[in-house]
Amino acid sequence: MQVLGIYYYWVFAILLMIGFYAVIAKLNLVKKLIGLTLFQAAVFLLYIAMGKVEGGTAPIYGASAAVFSSPLPQVLILTAIVVGISTTALGLGIVVRIKEEYGSIQEDEIQEIDRR
Amino acid sequence: MSGQQTILMAVTLPLFGALGIALAGRIGANFREAATLLTAVALAYCVWSLAPSLLEGARPAVSVAEVLPGIEIAFAVEPLGMLFAALASLLWIINSLYSIGYMRGNREQRQTRFYVMFAISLAATIGIAFAANLFTLFLFYEALTFATYPLVAHKGDKSTVASARVYIGVLLTTSIGLFLPAIIWTYAAAGTTDFTAGGILEEKLRGPAVGLLLALFVLGIGKAAVMPVHRWLPAAMVAPTPVSALLHAVAVVKAGVFTVTKVIVYIFGIDHLFASPGTGWLVYAAAFTIVAASVVAFRQRNLKRLLAYSTVAQLSYVVMAAAILKPLAEIGAAIHIVAHAFGKITLFFAAGAIYTAAKKTELHELRGIGRRMPITMAAFTIGALSMIGVPPTGGFVSKWYILAGAFEADNYVALFTIVASTALNAAYFLPIVYMAWFAPESGKPPPTHGEAPWPSVLALSLTAALTIAFFLFNGPVLELERQVVAAP
Amino acid sequence: MSPLAAQMPALQVVVPMLMAPFVLLLPKGLSWAAAAAASLLAFGIAAQLAATVIDSGPVAYQMGSWPAPYGIELGVDALGALLLVVVTGASSLALVGGRASLAAAVTEEREHYFYAAWLLALAGLAGIAVSADAFNIFVFMEISSLASYVLVAGGPDRRALPAVFKYLMMGTVGATFYLIGIGLIYMATGTLNLADMDLRIAGVADKEPILAAAGFITVGLALKAAIFPLHVWLPNAYTYAPHIATAFLAACATKVSLYVLLRFDFFVFQQNLSGHALQFSAYLMPLAILGILVGSGVAMFERNVKRLLAFSSVAQIGYIMLGASLVSIGGLTAATLHMFNHALAKGGLFLAIAALAPVAAGLRLKDMGGMARRAPWTFAAFVVAGLSLIGVPGTAGFVSKWYLISAAMELGAPGIALIGVMVLGSLMAVVYVWRIVESACFGKPPENAAQAAAVPRPLGAAIWAAALANVYFGIAPGLPLRLSSSAAASLLGHVPT
Repeated sequence: MQVLGIYYYWVFAILLMIGFYAVIAKLNLVKKLIGLTLFQAAVFLLYIAMGKVEGGTAPIYGASAAVFSSPLPQVLILTAIVVGISTTALGLGIVVRIKEEYGSIQEDEIQEIDRR
Repeated sequence: MSGQQTILMAVTLPLFGALGIALAGRIGANFREAATLLTAVALAYCVWSLAPSLLEGARPAVSVAEVLPGIEIAFAVEPLGMLFAALASLLWIINSLYSIGYMRGNREQRQTRFYVMFAISLAATIGIAFAANLFTLFLFYEALTFATYPLVAHKGDKSTVASARVYIGVLLTTSIGLFLPAIIWTYAAAGTTDFTAGGILEEKLRGPAVGLLLALFVLGIGKAAVMPVHRWLPAAMVAPTPVSALLHAVAVVKAGVFTVTKVIVYIFGIDHLFASPGTGWLVYAAAFTIVAASVVAFRQRNLKRLLAYSTVAQLSYVVMAAAILKPLAEIGAAIHIVAHAFGKITLFFAAGAIYTAAKKTELHELRGIGRRMPITMAAFTIGALSMIGVPPTGGFVSKWYILAGAFEADNYVALFTIVASTALNAAYFLPIVYMAWFAPESGKPPPTHGEAPWPSVLALSLTAALTIAFFLFNGPVLELERQVVAAP
Repeated sequence: MSPLAAQMPALQVVVPMLMAPFVLLLPKGLSWAAAAAASLLAFGIAAQLAATVIDSGPVAYQMGSWPAPYGIELGVDALGALLLVVVTGASSLALVGGRASLAAAVTEEREHYFYAAWLLALAGLAGIAVSADAFNIFVFMEISSLASYVLVAGGPDRRALPAVFKYLMMGTVGATFYLIGIGLIYMATGTLNLADMDLRIAGVADKEPILAAAGFITVGLALKAAIFPLHVWLPNAYTYAPHIATAFLAACATKVSLYVLLRFDFFVFQQNLSGHALQFSAYLMPLAILGILVGSGVAMFERNVKRLLAFSSVAQIGYIMLGASLVSIGGLTAATLHMFNHALAKGGLFLAIAALAPVAAGLRLKDMGGMARRAPWTFAAFVVAGLSLIGVPGTAGFVSKWYLISAAMELGAPGIALIGVMVLGSLMAVVYVWRIVESACFGKPPENAAQAAAVPRPLGAAIWAAALANVYFGIAPGLPLRLSSSAAASLLGHVPT
């Protein structure tokens, strides 16, 4: 069961591709951003999954358990989540400005307006 | 002043002169032109003061900066460069005189820019003449292209700009596309680009590669106008006549053939080149250019374009002479640079004087003009005779040496070409001369103009005198140039 | 070393980063002065660091004195120092000269936000150059990217908004790819420190995840660095950004990503993946060549001057990649040197555009008509920087082209084709630069153009500083050359020969 045994990587890959598809194929800018968020979330899962140790608990100093999950990926991903949120917030901010200026958040319509 | 300081002075003087001309231009036209003449005289003094020590065998050199390891901006004066610099600086004085008459007579626009760019072009020319290695030469070669662009495009209307585009397009394409790779190849093969007596490529490059590198150089040095890279020269004729006269009969084009000669003598070495296979084609290419350009010139109806094609042909004399690869022919190449310069600048001066006085540019309009402008047409006649190579003009001397070199090398292609082109030159110059002196004047009402403004007439008389003087007093020049081919 | 000098690598980032919130707190009239002062200080630090690197080799710094690989390490080597000088220099020049131009582009009540974002972008870019840790590079990359999105969108042109949205999308995808790549490496090696990574990958038995990581990292960074064909975000972002911001970003933003790309591909992967050099050349050389030809080709026919220069940037990135993809000392020297030289030329050109734009009615080619007479000094500097872009001898651009051609010549016969590409690219550069020159010299000024052209003095000084630097480093390229040749040597120090 080698292939299914690493199912979390499958989740990562599928989620990544769903997000990537939305980024590329969707014309609605908000949907694109949702895709981008999914895309990033998939990578967060990759990191969290790699740090997990079978049967390990939260790495808290002084706890009785002998097996810990690796804390470093979690710390890293905490940072990455902050980065991701900032990106999404900025992206949404830009979409709001686009809506104000162009009256649309459809990529093709915006291109049409600019071409005129 | 030591030789080194003089060299640096000579290269930078026109630049400071340009600054002075720009500032003087704000005060008034007279000051500007005084500044130009002053700079020209000072430059000529500077350059000529180097000549006596050079005749005694001194070779002053100075290094300015090392750009890359083994690649430096450096100057060294040797006989060929000395001759070229001396020629350019002398003719600049006369040309400045002429410019004053021409630019005022034709009420040209933006004269200050004209004089400023002219001075910068001269700085680049002196830089080419004194360059101690290919890199420095290339630096000033490109600078000369850019500095002359505003002069060619001076008029600024649509067709002029289009011609100027051809001008800079051809010159930059060839220099970046072929000349630069050739320099880098030379550097990669020899580890240096210094001009050295006897060449630097012997032992380093052999076989057909030599011929290929030679082709890169000859076609890359677009300023030498060997066909098929000659198109820029007729295009440059849209410039005001003083530009055509000094730059496109002397400074720019001679920079081209000078560079070719220098590459052949000091980079390849004539003996090495003579012994290498696949290098004989250059004589044929030059011969073809001479004949083809003469035929094209024969068919021209516009005086300046005719002169331009005649220049293309005459430049290839120099290239062919250098490519004969015999000492006498190399001397011929060097003195043809001088002889042609005197003759051709006279012809251009005359063409410009005719335009200034009579607004005539086409050949058929010149009927009987010798009676209205006798001095101009007399000078024109002398220039034309020099182009054909009739004694007592300078053109005869250089042809003599080239012929002697061709005999020495048993190069019958070169011999035949010289004979044929002499006939062609006569065929397109003599009818003009005849028409100007002996044909009845046409045009109603009959023209009333006289000679061009006196500075122009003075200038063209001086160059015509020089053309004859060069026939009579060429001893020092010959002595100097013998050193080029003397055993190192 | 004095105690302060020892802290230079940290201060390089800390100074602009701490100044950013201060700019928000200070009275509005002072925000420009504070930003410019911080930027100049950062430039001073970068110059000091470069001097140290030239004298005594790479500088390493342990954050909080925790030893690497456990603590966070900062390190400045020759390549990093070169890049720091470029980043801080471009920022300082643009800020010092750009006050008036930015005041016209950014409304007064938002000005201090803009300067704060500028400093964050500066801190992020500098942070990438000093980080010796893969994850920190990611964080700094995102700081700089987020801040530069703000800079691009800060101007009055609404077309900047869709452009910046595209930039954000592609930038984030690129950064996330990079993150996946370092995640894969971390899984295999358990380290994020670049030097440590290099050591440990050698011991990894199964190299396939590392290979995948190399792919993710290279593609992700290629997106950020706008390597053809991943450059589509660049032209519009550069075109519609405020001119001064364009000058800053065009000079250094993509180069910092290229720097990370070179670091990973040469420091980390080169030695440890068999056949990496071959793959690197095989994939990137064609892209570099296409980038040169397509970028220059589009620029030749482009009508908007800023977008013309932006496409020229795509081509110039191609030159850098071409040098890198030769995987030789000569090629990498040329590539890193061209990073510096192109920053000089392009920075100067965009600064000149910032000065010319208010004089012209617009930025179309025909709006440049008569510019040579309306703003002669500025335009003269523009021509000098343009000549450097072409690679005319006597300018900085020539030196890197010379090295690039020499490096290609080492290849023998295949090198001839590369030289052909470079020569063709240079000739195309002649065409697109000359189109602007011709229009400016001989075109008719448009009817609605402002009559008297007044270029603000600080901007004029900045433009001429850039133009003269192009000439100076064309005649005396010693300093950047020493840095870039030692950078090339250390990048290739891992290649077993």
